Amino acid sequence: MLQIDCPWCGMREEMEFSYGGQAHVAYPKDPHAVSDEDWAQYLFMRDNPKGLFLERWVHSQGCRRWFNVERHTVTHEITAVYKPGEPPPAAKP
Amino acid sequence: MSGTAANIARIEGAGKIDRTRPLAFTFNGRKLQGYAGDTLASALLANGIHLVARSFKYHRPRGMLTAGNEEPNALVQLERGPYTEPNLRATEIELYEGLDASSVNCFPNVQFDLRAINGLASSILVAGFYNKTFMWPKGFWKKVYEPALRAAAGLGVAPDSPDPDTYDRMHWHCDVLVVGAGPAGLSASLQAGRRGVRTVIVEEAPEAGGSLLQRPATIDGVAGTEWASKAFAELDAMPNVLFLCRTSVFGYYDHNYLMAVEHRTDHLGPGRSPGVARKRLWHFRAKRVVLATGAHERPIVFGNNDLPGIVLANAACTYATRYGVSLGKCGVAFVNNDHGFALALETQAVARNIAMIIDPRPDPDDALVKRAAALGVRVLCNSVIATAHGWNRVSSVDICPTRGTGLARLECDHVLVSGGLNPAVHLYSQAPGKLRYDANLACFLPDQCIQTVEVAGALNARFSLDSALEDGALAGKRTLHTLGQAVDAGAPAEAKDELHILPVWSVQAQLGLKLPGKHFVDYQNDVTEADILLASREGFRSVEHTKRYTTTGMATDQGKTSNVIGLAILAASLGKPIPEVGTTTFRPPFTPVTFGAIAGRDRGSLSDPVRTTPMHAWHVDNGAVFEDVGQWKRPWYFPKPGEDLHAAVARETKALRTTAGVMDATTLGKIDIQGADAAEFLNRVYTNAWTKLAVGSCRYGVMCRPDGMVMDDGVTARLADDRFLMTTTTGNAARVLDWLEEWLQTEWPELEVYCTTVTEQWATTAVVGPNARKILKALAPDMDFSNAAFPFMTFREGVVAGLAARVFRISFNGELSYEINVPSWHGLALWRAVIEAGKPHGLTPYGTETMHVARAEKGYIIIGQETDGTVTPQDVGLEWAVSKQKDFIGKRSFSRSDTARAGRKQLVGLLPQDKAFVAPEGSHLVASPERSTFDPRLGSPSIGHITSSYYSPNLESAFALALIANGRAMHGKTVYCSQGSGLKPMTVTDPVFIDKEGKRRDGID
Amino acid sequence: MTASTDRVSPLENWTARFAAASATPVQFSIREVAFATHINLRVDAAAFGAKVRAVLGCDLPVVANTWTTGGECSAIWLGPDEWLVVAPDGRNESFCADLRTALSGVHHAVTDLSANRTMLEIAGSDARVALAKGCPLDLHGSAFKPPQSAQSLLAKSQVLLQCVDANPVIRVFVRNSFAAYVAEWLLDAAAELAASRNLDTPRIANRLA
Ligand SMILES: [Zn+2]
Repeated sequence: MLQIDCPWCGMREEMEFSYGGQAHVAYPKDPHAVSDEDWAQYLFMRDNPKGLFLERWVHSQGCRRWFNVERHTVTHEITAVYKPGEPPPAAKP
Repeated sequence: MSGTAANIARIEGAGKIDRTRPLAFTFNGRKLQGYAGDTLASALLANGIHLVARSFKYHRPRGMLTAGNEEPNALVQLERGPYTEPNLRATEIELYEGLDASSVNCFPNVQFDLRAINGLASSILVAGFYNKTFMWPKGFWKKVYEPALRAAAGLGVAPDSPDPDTYDRMHWHCDVLVVGAGPAGLSASLQAGRRGVRTVIVEEAPEAGGSLLQRPATIDGVAGTEWASKAFAELDAMPNVLFLCRTSVFGYYDHNYLMAVEHRTDHLGPGRSPGVARKRLWHFRAKRVVLATGAHERPIVFGNNDLPGIVLANAACTYATRYGVSLGKCGVAFVNNDHGFALALETQAVARNIAMIIDPRPDPDDALVKRAAALGVRVLCNSVIATAHGWNRVSSVDICPTRGTGLARLECDHVLVSGGLNPAVHLYSQAPGKLRYDANLACFLPDQCIQTVEVAGALNARFSLDSALEDGALAGKRTLHTLGQAVDAGAPAEAKDELHILPVWSVQAQLGLKLPGKHFVDYQNDVTEADILLASREGFRSVEHTKRYTTTGMATDQGKTSNVIGLAILAASLGKPIPEVGTTTFRPPFTPVTFGAIAGRDRGSLSDPVRTTPMHAWHVDNGAVFEDVGQWKRPWYFPKPGEDLHAAVARETKALRTTAGVMDATTLGKIDIQGADAAEFLNRVYTNAWTKLAVGSCRYGVMCRPDGMVMDDGVTARLADDRFLMTTTTGNAARVLDWLEEWLQTEWPELEVYCTTVTEQWATTAVVGPNARKILKALAPDMDFSNAAFPFMTFREGVVAGLAARVFRISFNGELSYEINVPSWHGLALWRAVIEAGKPHGLTPYGTETMHVARAEKGYIIIGQETDGTVTPQDVGLEWAVSKQKDFIGKRSFSRSDTARAGRKQLVGLLPQDKAFVAPEGSHLVASPERSTFDPRLGSPSIGHITSSYYSPNLESAFALALIANGRAMHGKTVYCSQGSGLKPMTVTDPVFIDKEGKRRDGID
Repeated sequence: MTASTDRVSPLENWTARFAAASATPVQFSIREVAFATHINLRVDAAAFGAKVRAVLGCDLPVVANTWTTGGECSAIWLGPDEWLVVAPDGRNESFCADLRTALSGVHHAVTDLSANRTMLEIAGSDARVALAKGCPLDLHGSAFKPPQSAQSLLAKSQVLLQCVDANPVIRVFVRNSFAAYVAEWLLDAAAELAASRNLDTPRIANRLA
């Protein structure tokens, strides 16, 4: 079970959070200007890397805020936590 | 009780048992006696009982191999009736007065086991036997083989009545968690405890000390046991230290989350601690972890190495030193390392029963050899035990030189074995930590771990007492240092080789000979060396595959004594070094955990929250039968005496359409949406438009996901220009709020909108039916309920039954209907007043079943019933609620090829030609009655399925809603519903069965 | 046709059981505090906290998971722009109206939730341990003390905990429909601690104090 550093509440147990999938998959500004193919990409396709992954979590049993997490999908190490609208940590080598 | 030759094997003056406290116990029906401080195993051995179990597959006689948690053989069924617990290790059961245990796996008894016949047939019970033999014929597995195998191979029996004990759970945070209170663990703990950091020490034994309890030692001029109890006392007195004994850490999870089970009352006997939770499951979150889990001694594989009387050297020493038990009159030791050699001598010092040490090494440590001579123990170097002999107990061994040939038979009544040490890397491996193989020490050691963990003592290859103590202190200091304490961590001490081991995994392999007898690797699962070699010959290369094929290490002992040996034998047969074959991953639990402990306090009424509304007490008093809707208990129907569901629902449905009905609608989700952009926000999340909705009015809305599929629906009212009250389906209340927040916070932070859940602020009473207006008038004489003043899809605030209320004129059944909302603390009072006011008007309370029938009669969908995440608003006939002008979540997907294609399933009504036929929900429908079997190769393709199905007293017929391909073009056609072996014809209709014109909802003014 | 205007709290029928469980209050006590005014307030406190203070006489806490008190009110942090204002029974309508007036023209939400939740107040040396049986928070006296609060889980119910006294006195805010579950759960937890008094309860309680 992970321990997640809510940007507002600090370290809390994973059971207080809900997972929100890959981060930075923006809703297209004008969905109707997007091709069927690109729209399908937006709807259905997500990355599944072995390594660092930017993902969204919500502190659903706590402050109810959404935020972003950089997590290593093999070790589960959480290397960064940041609020919506903030830039992701610089890509690591 | 006298004259039972009690404690014939007890060594005068030895051991730490309390001889002033004799304890009576029963084993396999025999009345026996032990002492306080005994384990069941030590008490049995003290009574000369070595044979305690039969093996899993071959039913071979087995005795204690170990004295600890790694025991593979001595599994017993403890206690009887509701307290009985199977497959407990006798080596871990603390003796208490009246203990009652029996062997598992024995029929008719442990001395004479009929199923030992399996042993005679053993040439066919080889690795992969089950896979190979029982594959065919297909049906035989379930009917014949499996029951027979289960009966023959079962371990203990589960209790067949409810567990009378209670269990508990605890969450605990600490700076340092030390696992293991042996010399290294205590040493590390003292460092942490004295520094004042929040420390937890977890020890599975009843007391601290670890190896200090198993062999003689001196620390700082005092006996090892005394040093341990002083360390315990010091630590236990510290307010920053929690010292838990009888507690096993069984799982090491991410971010230093460890779980342990504390056995709080097992040592007192069953039923003797009323109200005290028997076990407590600890959930630790530790900033740092120190693992000092010690090492397990490992056996050596030789012929009939499983005979009772053959034990690990560490176990023999423990039985003698700690329990004052001698394992026999004439013992031999078979050791290949200094540690085991020393243990044999320490045993001899106490028990005076070791005649000879057999050692394959040419040159055991000089000092040890001299000590052996002083203790009168012969040492035979360059030799091994080839095969043991005996019936139910070892009686002799064949000794063979490592070079050359020739067997010598030696009479003996017990054998001590030490094939080296396996550091207990299980928790470290779970962490997950990587292991490395140390060829010099012939064992796997902790290498690298992503988590903040330190290892110390034997786990870290510090096998001697002095180096373990030093290593523990260093681990403690390093831990404190990483916690920011001003502690000099010092340089790590160089590990010395304290074993001088000559690896001998299997004597057959060592000698290059085929020896008689069975050569066991995994005692609990009865896996032999031959099984592993067969797997290797059959092409198994990966240790993970071999493990599963042979079942090595897959029993409840998780291969604590067998894994590494099995791996070494596999590696040798593949001609590869051990590290290249790898090791298996250790998974939780390290030690078995009962379901009771896992369930903890989540039992009975606490198993899950039961959510009830303020009116619940009335529903109970009035005989409601309840339905679970998520965690809510909602009245399903209100039967009158003698009524079943069908009769009650018929009466309730009729009342709702002819007089009036009343329903508790409190559970519907309610979200208060406020802010200047509230209407714009609704425009984006709902498929229809909200900007022009007048204050005081309501509108039905449908919510889609971006893929265009219906997600939720409900009525939303405009309370003010900048304020709306949204309702959601009962089961989706939390999900919808999360959904709204997600969009607001992550996509549209610029919108000025706040959402607050108000579900439980309000209690909602729905008054429905032709008489609803009369009832409301009686309740609220000051309010105008005329159609003109209070039209459909509006709400009004006023005083109802003397209470401030908000009344919505909305309908989920086509009838004139008012939903009265009052603060929940007034919910019950309002409900009672409504019931009272409704009496002259035939007001009938109804439940969810009638609600479902009534809404289905009108073709209204239920989210999750007509929809399943693959259904668009258009599919279920809600085009009218889909805006053509504005954009909203999901709209883009309506033009996707699959969403826009012809032939999608559409919502229709179905009327069975047999009016009594209530089709099962979920039934598939076919277009033609031809070739109508269930065989997919022959049958007609499914054209859709039934989503809702009821009997309607108003229609005097069963009816259904269904999703059918191109359904709207099929009105009037016949489709067929599979029912048992036949097909039932049903006519496709419009989904609205009652009042298509919608006249009833206004009632009569 | 009029109804009784007496309000019914979610745990109205639990008084006797609470009293029985509070027989040795030094170790444990529990009671329901019903009908208090609960107002959910959402606003930008940095910009408009003064307007709120003018109405409530209480500052909105800006430190996450803390509470403040002032005038008749206390304000508990729920989120970066969300608070629960707790005030005596009967102040809900006037405070809501006054807050709306004070904040008119400002993006805000004032929602009366007085009937949405109830509150259990538990106290005594066992209180922290009782909660630790089902709450994943660090409830050690050094980690959870006034003026701290936290939203978390207690067993399978969402709760808001407010530490009002280090001794401790802890308030457990729970939604109506979960109140019976939480009450039953707390009584069960406390009963086990009482039964284990001679075994380990004081030892464990001391180590959470
Ligand atoms: Zn948070």
